[in-house]
Amino acid sequence: MYSYTEFDDAFLAERNAQFRAQVERRIDGSLTEDEFKPLRLMNGLYLQLHAYMLRVAIPYGTLNGRQMDQLAMIAERWDKGYGHFTTRQNIQYNWPELRDVPDMLDALAEVNMHAIQTSGNTIRNVTADHFAGAAADEVADPRPVAELIRQWSTDHPEFQFLPRKFKVAVSGAPHDRAVIKAHDIGLRIVERDGALGFEVIVGGGLGRTPMIGKVLYDFVRSEDLLPTLEAIVSVYNLLGRRDNKYKARIKITVHENGIEDIRARVDARYALIRAQFTGVDQQMLARIEADFAAPAFVEKSIAPFEAAYTNDPVFRAWADTNVDAHRAPGYAIVSISLKAHGATPGDATADQMRVMADLARRYAHDELRISHEQNVILPHVHRADLPAVHAALKDAGLGTANIGLISDIIACPGMDYCALATARSIPIAQEIATRFDALKIEHDVGPLKIKISGCINACGHHHVGHIGILGLDRAGVESYQITLGGDGTEDAAIGERAGPGFSADEIIPAIERLVMAYLDLRQDPSETFLATYRRLGLAPFKSALYPEAKADAA
Amino acid sequence: MPKAFKPSVVTANALLEGDVVYMGASGWVRDLAQAEVLTDEADADIRLIEAQAQADTVVGVYLAEVDPDGPTPTHFREAFRAKGPSNYAHGKQETA
Repeated sequence: MYSYTEFDDAFLAERNAQFRAQVERRIDGSLTEDEFKPLRLMNGLYLQLHAYMLRVAIPYGTLNGRQMDQLAMIAERWDKGYGHFTTRQNIQYNWPELRDVPDMLDALAEVNMHAIQTSGNTIRNVTADHFAGAAADEVADPRPVAELIRQWSTDHPEFQFLPRKFKVAVSGAPHDRAVIKAHDIGLRIVERDGALGFEVIVGGGLGRTPMIGKVLYDFVRSEDLLPTLEAIVSVYNLLGRRDNKYKARIKITVHENGIEDIRARVDARYALIRAQFTGVDQQMLARIEADFAAPAFVEKSIAPFEAAYTNDPVFRAWADTNVDAHRAPGYAIVSISLKAHGATPGDATADQMRVMADLARRYAHDELRISHEQNVILPHVHRADLPAVHAALKDAGLGTANIGLISDIIACPGMDYCALATARSIPIAQEIATRFDALKIEHDVGPLKIKISGCINACGHHHVGHIGILGLDRAGVESYQITLGGDGTEDAAIGERAGPGFSADEIIPAIERLVMAYLDLRQDPSETFLATYRRLGLAPFKSALYPEAKADAA
Repeated sequence: MPKAFKPSVVTANALLEGDVVYMGASGWVRDLAQAEVLTDEADADIRLIEAQAQADTVVGVYLAEVDPDGPTPTHFREAFRAKGPSNYAHGKQETA
């Protein structure tokens, strides 16, 4: 992991002291709310429906046991004993009080964490593949370059007041686990003639106008990456639609100007600024890469794993769904589900955080990752240790075997917490998970991604859900619109709207009809929901969703 | 045609705690049942201005429509604000 320098520590201390003074001035009346709001947002502090919310960055989703323990301590001391892991690899505390936030930030700084640029019209927390450094299909670990981008973008003087927020995601593998095509800039590490470089994708994004990003450059050399990023953001900063916040994202800029025009402008800007990048960034990158050296993997028998897999069906079910291939022999990647049936997606109690921290230290080379799917990853676990890890997770209520299945739902906080939301997301996710658990068909249904957003801003990524659910306010009543066929991987696609929305009472039966129709329509159990949808299109699923319309037409 | 005024309460979030507050007859209260129901538009405008002047105490002041019987919220958003989230017994329901 990246180790902070004295410069990093001093920067955080100074920044926190500055914010502490700003909070004091707000409380004593020296600052108005209009003056204070942009300052608190620059430090990740929102005012939500019931309370303040502090959004803490977990850069590229990576943290260690000490950091997870500190997150648990903060949850207990200044919040209500839990935290909410988000689709942006952040953790959110839902109940802090204003005067406590400076102390929370100081506690975060003790473990090299912060809330800088988790809000505001700036380059947000850089996200990455949650299997980074471990995945069997990885070309290179994306985290060193993500850290370099974090350092370049933090407090970048030109990019603190962009037209809108700006999101960068990095993947180091051909299989996209970071949804890079739905980010303002998506980077994929690729190899050409033995050298590593970057495919640069721009103009993706969900929200009000969902768009899949376009390839700006198919190969950018490592030493040219930062000047390229600087040129892109600079062009966007100039062209972005500041007249209309709904049109202010780079996806609109790319759409309105065309990718060729954007490329020409970026090329021109790049030519102007390239000389400013003297190679210091590459020296920094080399130091960062050393920090991300692979742990010392050990060789030992996997007999305990094989015995448990043969003899314990509960362990086998968990291993089949929650364990992925690792690049090192004998090792595995463990995904810890924060989606127990009926639980709030992404929430973990302080005790659960401590269990995960302890497991990371004991069995996973002290590494944890947060996934954009709101789960926690132990990236380097020897297969021999999987039975012990599973037993500890079960005891902590973290042993749910549902990764990638119908109850592994992404859900934004929705109107239960968020001031922007137009309907609730969490109860819908809870009810779907509970219903399919009762039906006992979750494993038979197989891979199926349901994603729920409580408003058009799409924090729940509903556009790229195989089944997407969007909560809306229809004349003072919560209404849920379904989209089908979305995909957040390298084959990224925006889901197709199925038809009129459903009330809160109608949405669970509608999802059940949809899934039952899939079970009838699939060629065999190996054909996934998404594959069946792509083969047959919307019509048969629409008929299942709206049987009355079918009867009326007959 | 301008929208007809409906009975409302003045609501906001407390500056220090962030939680939902309502303007009562003699100050800010936490419980919607103790809020002052405004049935006259001119009175409501005056109370709104008075509330907005208390920026050292509250944030984001606005009028929320209510059914005066109670009063109770007429929109689900205000119902959630008055009660708390639906996944935990947190917020106002914690102490109700």
